[in-house]
Amino acid sequence: MKQIKTLNQATLKQSAVKGGCGECQASCQSACKTSCTVANQKCENEDNQ
Amino acid sequence: MIHKYTLNGFHIVLDTNSGAVHVFDDAPYEMLDFLDNEVPEQAPAGMMEALAEKYDSATLTEAYEELRTLYENGQLYSADAYHSFSSMLKEAPIKSMCLNVAHDCNLRCEYCFAAKGDFGCGRKLMPLEVGKKAIDFLIAHSGGRHNLELDFFGGEPLMNFPVVRQIVDYARSQEEKHDKKFRFTMTTNGLLLTDDIIEYLNREMYNVVLSLDGRKEINDRLRVRADGSGSYDAIVPKYQKLVASRGDKDYYVRGTFTKHNLDFARDAVHMAELGFDQVSVEPVVSDPKLPYSLQEEDLPAAFAEYENLANILLERRRQGKGFHFFHFMIDLDQGPCAIKRLRGCGCGNEYVCITPDGDIYPCHQFVGEETWKMGNIMEGTFDIPMKQKFAVTNVYSKEDCKDCWAKFYCSGGCAANSWQYEKDILKSHKLSCDLEKKRIECAIMMKAAMAQ
Repeated sequence: MKQIKTLNQATLKQSAVKGGCGECQASCQSACKTSCTVANQKCENEDNQ
Repeated sequence: MIHKYTLNGFHIVLDTNSGAVHVFDDAPYEMLDFLDNEVPEQAPAGMMEALAEKYDSATLTEAYEELRTLYENGQLYSADAYHSFSSMLKEAPIKSMCLNVAHDCNLRCEYCFAAKGDFGCGRKLMPLEVGKKAIDFLIAHSGGRHNLELDFFGGEPLMNFPVVRQIVDYARSQEEKHDKKFRFTMTTNGLLLTDDIIEYLNREMYNVVLSLDGRKEINDRLRVRADGSGSYDAIVPKYQKLVASRGDKDYYVRGTFTKHNLDFARDAVHMAELGFDQVSVEPVVSDPKLPYSLQEEDLPAAFAEYENLANILLERRRQGKGFHFFHFMIDLDQGPCAIKRLRGCGCGNEYVCITPDGDIYPCHQFVGEETWKMGNIMEGTFDIPMKQKFAVTNVYSKEDCKDCWAKFYCSGGCAANSWQYEKDILKSHKLSCDLEKKRIECAIMMKAAMAQ
């Protein structure tokens, strides 16, 4: 495409199917302890990557 | 649902439900004003005519075709496929624990949500017996989860360091028997760090969070000892020593910004110049009546500062001096799955906090709020209905979240903030939301800039 550049693979919907393994870090434990940003957490499920 | 905004000359379009992020040229961006949740095969009446003065016909035709392609590929105005998953969410095993090993602190930071260390419950250190019981509790409630997280917190956890070591030893002794892997973390103010403790933390802790508010005058204004003296000079050399020998393990130097330092980009840069490349500076959580609390009127300045920081980070990256700012880190491709994003931090459900007396709370920020006490590990009590209440709290059960474009980035925000400010975990705290949205916009703008 010439007028639109897409930055990512947009796999959020697929991730729902194999997701929810619960092995990833609780977001609050990683640095914040007072706020919530989840999108910067790492996925720990190799089947979902 | 989409969200569109222009920042630093980039027209950015987020498709909420697919997670797709696009950078648009002018013509397709303007076309979005004529569309309503779909890109029909035939362009809406009046659109082409309205734009014909600014763009030639070939440009408009091409732009519309590209919009159609995104739409047909499920990357623009994609349908919400998650509501059904949200209704299936139920209680999950507990896999994360905040262990308040010390309800005591050697600092008296003005803004401390822990009431300057004791959470309003009296100054206490956790006995080893309680710590071991907490490990047993976590293992017993972790079901099939393999990775278990334990954050040593306080107060100041190093005030009870001998017990920390013994709890780590005990937890390690249980790993093989129960097929678990403990990941320990610690949040410390650094005053009690010694060479031996630094060596220990770098060996045993998966992550360490080192509290520092940035510039000396900023840090020492609120992060003070009982006698009012500042902590900067004592802790910075210790942090530098710790980080220098940490290897590639995670750490964050973490600060809080208040109304006093709405120029917090300077604090982030200051930390980078001290040699720290993993930095977090976060908005204070405090009673709005207090003089340093952030207010609605501070938002324009805070927004401008986030933009300023994003630009500084981009420029430093170009110069090979980049650093990570926690709230701008977003993995657009391999971040957490949609299920994780439905309910975020997991407090009260996957995550609990234990006090020195063995009391259980949904998270560290609820400690001392008697209404939210979930039980006591020494007494063997645990409020399952309260756990269930948190388990079904998600972006679809919160009225303000379900139609918000940012819901899969913040996952509904912080339940403790909602309680503190709104007295309802199902409500959102608008000021926190506004700041979070701005951070997301800046973080994604940086991705656009880096993709150039």
